[in-house]
Amino acid sequence: MFQRLPDAGDATLSITVDGKPVKARAGDTVAATLLAAGIDHCRTTPVSGAPRAPYCMMGVCFECLVVIDGVGNRQGCLIPVRDGMAVETQHGKRELER
Amino acid sequence: MSGAPELRDSYDVAIIGAGPAGMAAATICAGAGLSTVLFDEQPAPGGQIYRAVGETPVRRPAVLGNDYWYGERLVHALRASAAHHVPGATVWSLSRDREIGVSIDGAARLVQARRVIIATGALERPFPIPSWTLPGVMTAGAAQILLKSSGMIPHGRTVLAGSGPLLWLLAWQYLNAGAKLDAILDTTPRANRKTAWPHAAAFLLSPYFRKGLRLLLSVRRRVRVIADVSDLRAEGDGKLQTIVYRVGDGAETRLPADTLLLHQGVVPNVNLAMSVGIEHRWDEEQLCWTPVVDGFGGTAVDGIAIAGDGAGIAGAWAAEERGKLAALAAVRALKPDARRDLLPDEARVRLALAQVERGRLFLDRLYRPADRFRLPEGDTLVCRCEEVSARQVVETVALGCTGPNQMKSFLRCGMGPCQGRLCGLTVTELIARARGVSPAEVGHYRLRPPVKPITLGELAALPKSEVAIKAVVRG
Amino acid sequence: MTAPDVIVIGGGLHGCSTALHLARRGIRVLVIEKDHVGRHASGVNAGGVRRLGRHPAEIPLSVASMELWHAIHDLVDDDCGFESHGQVKVAESDAEFDTLRRRVEEVRTLGFTHEELIGQDELRDLVPAISPHCVGAIVCRRDGAALPFRTTLAFKRKAESLGARFIEGTRVIGLSRASNAWRIETTDGAHEAPRIVNTAGAWAHQVAAQLGEPVPLEVIAPMLMISAPMAPFLQPVLGATGRPLSFKQFTNGTVLIGGGHRGRPDPETNWTDLDFTALAISARTVWDLFPVMRGAQIVRAWAGIEARMPDDIPVIGRSRTSENVWHAFGFSAHGFQLGPVVGAIIAELIATGHTNLPIAPFDIARFARPSSS
Repeated sequence: MFQRLPDAGDATLSITVDGKPVKARAGDTVAATLLAAGIDHCRTTPVSGAPRAPYCMMGVCFECLVVIDGVGNRQGCLIPVRDGMAVETQHGKRELER
Repeated sequence: MSGAPELRDSYDVAIIGAGPAGMAAATICAGAGLSTVLFDEQPAPGGQIYRAVGETPVRRPAVLGNDYWYGERLVHALRASAAHHVPGATVWSLSRDREIGVSIDGAARLVQARRVIIATGALERPFPIPSWTLPGVMTAGAAQILLKSSGMIPHGRTVLAGSGPLLWLLAWQYLNAGAKLDAILDTTPRANRKTAWPHAAAFLLSPYFRKGLRLLLSVRRRVRVIADVSDLRAEGDGKLQTIVYRVGDGAETRLPADTLLLHQGVVPNVNLAMSVGIEHRWDEEQLCWTPVVDGFGGTAVDGIAIAGDGAGIAGAWAAEERGKLAALAAVRALKPDARRDLLPDEARVRLALAQVERGRLFLDRLYRPADRFRLPEGDTLVCRCEEVSARQVVETVALGCTGPNQMKSFLRCGMGPCQGRLCGLTVTELIARARGVSPAEVGHYRLRPPVKPITLGELAALPKSEVAIKAVVRG
Repeated sequence: MTAPDVIVIGGGLHGCSTALHLARRGIRVLVIEKDHVGRHASGVNAGGVRRLGRHPAEIPLSVASMELWHAIHDLVDDDCGFESHGQVKVAESDAEFDTLRRRVEEVRTLGFTHEELIGQDELRDLVPAISPHCVGAIVCRRDGAALPFRTTLAFKRKAESLGARFIEGTRVIGLSRASNAWRIETTDGAHEAPRIVNTAGAWAHQVAAQLGEPVPLEVIAPMLMISAPMAPFLQPVLGATGRPLSFKQFTNGTVLIGGGHRGRPDPETNWTDLDFTALAISARTVWDLFPVMRGAQIVRAWAGIEARMPDDIPVIGRSRTSENVWHAFGFSAHGFQLGPVVGAIIAELIATGHTNLPIAPFDIARFARPSSS
């Protein structure tokens, strides 16, 4: 569970996470945004469906994989959050293109 | 500021990783008049140690400390140089003739360089305890990134666990920022003090000594520290709820918690270097793979050097000096007539390097992680990506899998997206122990590009080449 | 330790299969492998188990081998990950479909019925995810795929259980005649046996040269890549007609993409360099044929070290220069499926002097230089 220091300034951007509105701070990564919003897990594993959340925050663990604007397997800790982004929990195996 | 310059197809020098080594090297190469590109995955330069130093929302210098703010100097020098810094650039391949595959903004490119300096730094040593994959369990490094990049601190019940200077540094920074810490569980084995002691004298002369001591004492005054933790696991249903630990031979203690931050040292990030075929040897002191390099970070692969923690863990200041040495070698190779006054003096760099490396052995010995925290058992997951347990690894050795590459084929461990970054060392050490041989004999995963995943679309859009179209075999 | 009757040089699938079939006949065999069993082409190939698309000379062997695959557990006490959902070779145009029709007729003429021509509707049934522009295909319904490293290791383990011996990390450095036997010098001492088998893969020409029968073997490094796990969309293994492709989805959802584009091998150091501009061509092929793959992520690429003969068929049979030597090498990137039967053929040749399967086209003599006059 993480909270922002007052120094961090306001979360002025708006994104959605699984359709629900979430405030985000310009300069944060998607993974940091999810943690600040108290979201428990960002994906479930393809092998067993276990819930996972960001672990290393530096792009080496691949736990923070999320679907961003319809594209899956994105490392949330490497992607700066943008106003209007649609983030979704990545469930299990990668869904197919339609 | 005007738009970023167009990325060229080739450069004199390509540097991968904008931490202290990469920034120092890029600044020098560009300053000597070599066309220089610096690729970095993060949105801003600094690497991990100086993460977000140009843009951190944590403006009060006392929170993160002077050592962190020192990084600003390197960033300024980089920005003032003619080096082309490309942020958000993920390098996924490097060939032996120095062709770099890189993805920027979802588009893959191939860039050629005459010299390459790999400065991809370090990553946290895996800390495989039972249920370490539960949401709520993260690394201390991750916590530092959240603090530096986003000004975030934990709330709720927070416990730090492990061993090593970074754990204390994080605790200190957290306390400065006003975070509340429930406990620090110190897993440093008591026995380490005896093996470290002979090297303490050298450490007393190290610049780290006084800083480190002050930091340690400051944290101990303000947080409950439980030493000699011999056993540790996480528990919870879908997320962390309880930490269970044992001190020495004592009984188990249960500690409700929301956040567990683990750390037991850092190890070189070897994936890119190994994927080019650079030889690595097992370092029994630091319990990890380190590349075989010369005094300038040069490897046996022509024109490719490694600088910084990726060449062996020695900290940020050492990384900067090694970056300078790698740059010097590159300049001498490509522009021998470069003006001397634009280049650092090699002797002085080596002196500085020796000074900051002093006392390293003491720290390595003191904070050598315990066997039980490097060699998990039973159902504890070793490979997080493919959910392979320690028991499965050990059982597969009995089937005749003598090394990690054979094991990949049976268990899929190491075949997930992290490409062994979080399981490689554990698998090698588990196999070594099961076989009764050294990790050096067991070997490491055979790493191949792409060292970071790329999409089919990106790959499909790479430029065609005539030669490639013709060179096909009917399979 | 009693001396072996046969020494097999090279612990890939063909070496292990030979060892197994010899051991089944009670013949004492020693396999000498310079790295570890299954280290090279045998352990890292696409795992295709197919009769489809074979050179006519290989068809009888391939058909025989397929029967062994369908009972592989009986042979090696392991299912080797073999799955049989068919292999399909698609035509992307009417011209390609004509090529496939002619091929099926040719195979029929040879007396084989395993290749069937299907139209667009049935193709869509078998491979619902295929791009609509594909007009038809050849299907071999009992073809499939297996796990190459696991298969090779299974052959080794079964052979060992029947008395075969394997030494690994030992390289052959010399061959010579010693009284009535072959003397093999290795990096770890000498071994002797009356008979030797050359299954040394991409290094087999070095062995052949030592025997005075050089062959124009080319060392190649066919590249493969694999995706992150995806929801299931493909059962059969897929190939194309006008462009190289080998495409398969595993039960765990990962998709393997091969196709014969080559990297650069260094057989002396076991290193291979990948060529990403060539892999890009495979990526474009997949993009065209399987729109569902357009969001796929490639997590790894690799290339094994393989041997190719100029006519793209292997060398199988007796040495033409030396007594008591047999060869089985040069499988040109399609030897995996033939592994079970080729070992049986070599063992039969050694034990009885002949085999019923037609191996004349694979004679090493086809590479012999005419003697200078």
